[in-house]
Amino acid sequence: MKIKVNGQEREIDAAPDMPLLWALRDIIGLTGTKFGCGVAQCGACTVWMNGRPLRSCAMPVQAVGDSEITTIEGIGAVAARESQAVQREWAALDVPQCGYCQSGQVMSAVALLRINPKPTDRDIDLAMNGNICRCATYVRIRQAIKTASDSLASGAASGGAA
Amino acid sequence: MSRLPQAYYSPAALLSRAVSRRAALRGLGALVIGVQLPLRARAQATASPAGTGLFAPNAFVRVGADDTVTIVSKHIEFGQGPWTGLATIAAEEMDADWSKVRAEHAPSDAKLYANLAFGTLQGTGGSSAIANSYEQMRKAGASARAMLVTAAARQWQVPETEISVAAGVITHQKSGRSGRFGAFAAAASRLPVPKDPPLKDAAGFRLIGRDHSVRRLDSAEKSNGQAMFTLDQRLPGMLTVVLARPPRFGGVAAQVDDAAARAVHGVVDVKRVPTGVAVYAENTWAALQGRKALRITWDETRAEKRGTDELLAEYRLLSKQPGLSAGMHGDPKAVFARGGQMLEAEYIFPYLAHGPMEPLDGCLSWEGDTAVIRMGSQIQTGDHGTIAATLGIPMEKVQIHTLLAGGSFGRRGQANSHFAAELAEVSKAINRSRPVKLMWTREDDLQGGYYRPMVVHRMRAAIENGAIAAWSSTVVTQSFLKGSPFEAMIQNGLDPTSVEGASELPYELPNFSCELHSPAVGVPTLWWRSVGHSHTGYAVETFIDELLEKTGKDPVAGRLELMGKQPRAAGVLRAVAKAANWTGPGPVSGRARGCAVVESFGSYVAQIAEVSMGESGEPIVHKVWCAVDCGVAVNPDVIRAQMEGGVGYGLGHALFAAVPLRDGVPTVSNFNNYRSLRINEMPEVEVVIVPSTEKPSGVGEPGVPPVAPAVGNALARLGKGRVRQLPFVTPKTVEKSV
Repeated sequence: MKIKVNGQEREIDAAPDMPLLWALRDIIGLTGTKFGCGVAQCGACTVWMNGRPLRSCAMPVQAVGDSEITTIEGIGAVAARESQAVQREWAALDVPQCGYCQSGQVMSAVALLRINPKPTDRDIDLAMNGNICRCATYVRIRQAIKTASDSLASGAASGGAA
Repeated sequence: MSRLPQAYYSPAALLSRAVSRRAALRGLGALVIGVQLPLRARAQATASPAGTGLFAPNAFVRVGADDTVTIVSKHIEFGQGPWTGLATIAAEEMDADWSKVRAEHAPSDAKLYANLAFGTLQGTGGSSAIANSYEQMRKAGASARAMLVTAAARQWQVPETEISVAAGVITHQKSGRSGRFGAFAAAASRLPVPKDPPLKDAAGFRLIGRDHSVRRLDSAEKSNGQAMFTLDQRLPGMLTVVLARPPRFGGVAAQVDDAAARAVHGVVDVKRVPTGVAVYAENTWAALQGRKALRITWDETRAEKRGTDELLAEYRLLSKQPGLSAGMHGDPKAVFARGGQMLEAEYIFPYLAHGPMEPLDGCLSWEGDTAVIRMGSQIQTGDHGTIAATLGIPMEKVQIHTLLAGGSFGRRGQANSHFAAELAEVSKAINRSRPVKLMWTREDDLQGGYYRPMVVHRMRAAIENGAIAAWSSTVVTQSFLKGSPFEAMIQNGLDPTSVEGASELPYELPNFSCELHSPAVGVPTLWWRSVGHSHTGYAVETFIDELLEKTGKDPVAGRLELMGKQPRAAGVLRAVAKAANWTGPGPVSGRARGCAVVESFGSYVAQIAEVSMGESGEPIVHKVWCAVDCGVAVNPDVIRAQMEGGVGYGLGHALFAAVPLRDGVPTVSNFNNYRSLRINEMPEVEVVIVPSTEKPSGVGEPGVPPVAPAVGNALARLGKGRVRQLPFVTPKTVEKSV
């Protein structure tokens, strides 16, 4: 079957019930999206389907159809301003500790800022509470979303090597 | 619990077998600088791309022709910051340019990379990374600097004393000449290594202890999906392997029907291994589907069939009987016999799973007759020896490449290296024919044991003349050291990790005793972030809080009165009370505050939590203030982050987590029922680092123990009584309030 990932059409030979997560990681080789629970509880597997966050561990690959799938490797092309701001603030504030959940956190955070450039604390709670961080980097995740939002608002979104 | 012969189990024995095969026998510690890097270790140390003209004066520092400074970290980086910390220390003494500093993991080599706090063992734990590496990394950096300066001096034909180094640039002011490290790397590599290079005066530090002087070395790659973890490893021909394990600990597979499993497209083989039945497949999904299709009957004759209810009943009985003495002064029994005002309390703590976001995983491939392992190995020497023993090959034929890992909290540092053994068995079972990636799923992780043990504390105190006259406690908990290679830590039958924080108090009390029972239970257990302090912190800090309340004392002032001999503990308590503007526990406008102070692994941490009750019946923790004294603070921001993370980890587990067993079977399976703290439940955290010139101590664990008791102490002021069983929230709690 064919699926569209990061703007590229990919031919994959996979059982139709294989979760998209494993098609991405094992078949295509995009390992930025992580496995944490397999039951859509932790958010480590977050990708975008047509620009909206999706837990890829719970989506059988046969249900992807002709949706556009974006992974952490591909958000730079699809959401350049927001992803640069988020990834820059993530590094500036040293958000990650072990880092394993952070691809999912970034996917959810960038998606949030795209639809809601000035999120309140409650907005952040709702957008991000599907992403567990066992290291509890939540204080800095929240802070980095806010500083990314500020920098986007002030237009200072350039020079953003992640 | 151990499945390997005793001879292979002792790290000292493993090490002496390895060492006897080495040509040169070197001691550790201060002599590291003088050690010529052996060829094998050098080959492994250059695993990452490096320029030519490599200058490697010791096992810890390399300088490339391109000015890159690579710090070789003997400690695994799984979030707690040793890459950045060790690099900061060396870069400080080198006067390196931080933007050119990189870190990588050291190979497994206990002679070069032992944790000096452990002895002859390479490993990470006990919040010891910075403490044991501080002087070592200073010398490593100072050595490199001295040699670069000598090389520059010789090239420029000027006295060394006229040369200065700053931010990676070597300068001879007088003549205006300068150059970066790379320009002198080749020349420096031909010089003798100085025995005692001068170290900086702390007053001259530009990186150590300075905020904003460095950023973490691993933040960028962890923010863009580029950081590679064990599960991300892909090798040609690699098979992904999952194991079906017995539902009860101690069970073994009796009959295996693997026909349906083998029929799953992508499944390549099914093999029995000591810990279960392994399914080998071309991809993860096939392996998981194959495992689901196995039909196994388990022989449970030797399995642990007790559940946590039965164990609790047994523990409570034991707690009322005299145990092994863990500490005593004065005569508490005599005071109790006087029959005055008494307080008795029983505390119950559940089994806890560590739940690192990356479950256990490892890769094993073969390069000729050498086994190459890639995994987040936390106790490399133990894993190394275990793999060699399991495969029946010499230590030299095993290489461990330690990788970044998605958390540990103790889980990856196994006393018995059970995962490494399992990985080796999985490769052995298919005769080394293909590389294997063994992974545990989340269910495997939560149900696979090696938990923080269940604990019961029975506490008793006597109050006379408005003061605590006597304090006794009896602790009942499994010993995870018993039967493990770390058994030597048990002295006279007493496992110190079971009672740390309870066998000695920071409070001056006239009569004191602490006793221990170590029941044998077939559930495998392990150190969990902060180890004994994860439960003693709660029992001690809530019991003292209750006693102070009963004697009419303020929680902070009352503790301070008893801390005459503990200036550092008193120091952090004062600092946190100041930061929080403490005026008492409240409640004020529905919010109450609780405090707690715990010293663990050499660091002192005091916390104050501000709490209210949510409509759902769950506590809401609004803010936690935290004061930490960890000696010299190498990376203040990493320290803050570890306090924030420790608060979150401790709080989440205290609020929600338990692994109950029913008839020996764990009743949780994933994050839906092993509830994990989420962003909306995380309090605001404010950290104060108390300035200190004491030797640096750790921060990986010390942030954890005080938060649960601080919250419990606050809850006591909200009309909830004294909570003596964790977690605070259970399905029942919520039901009750609705």
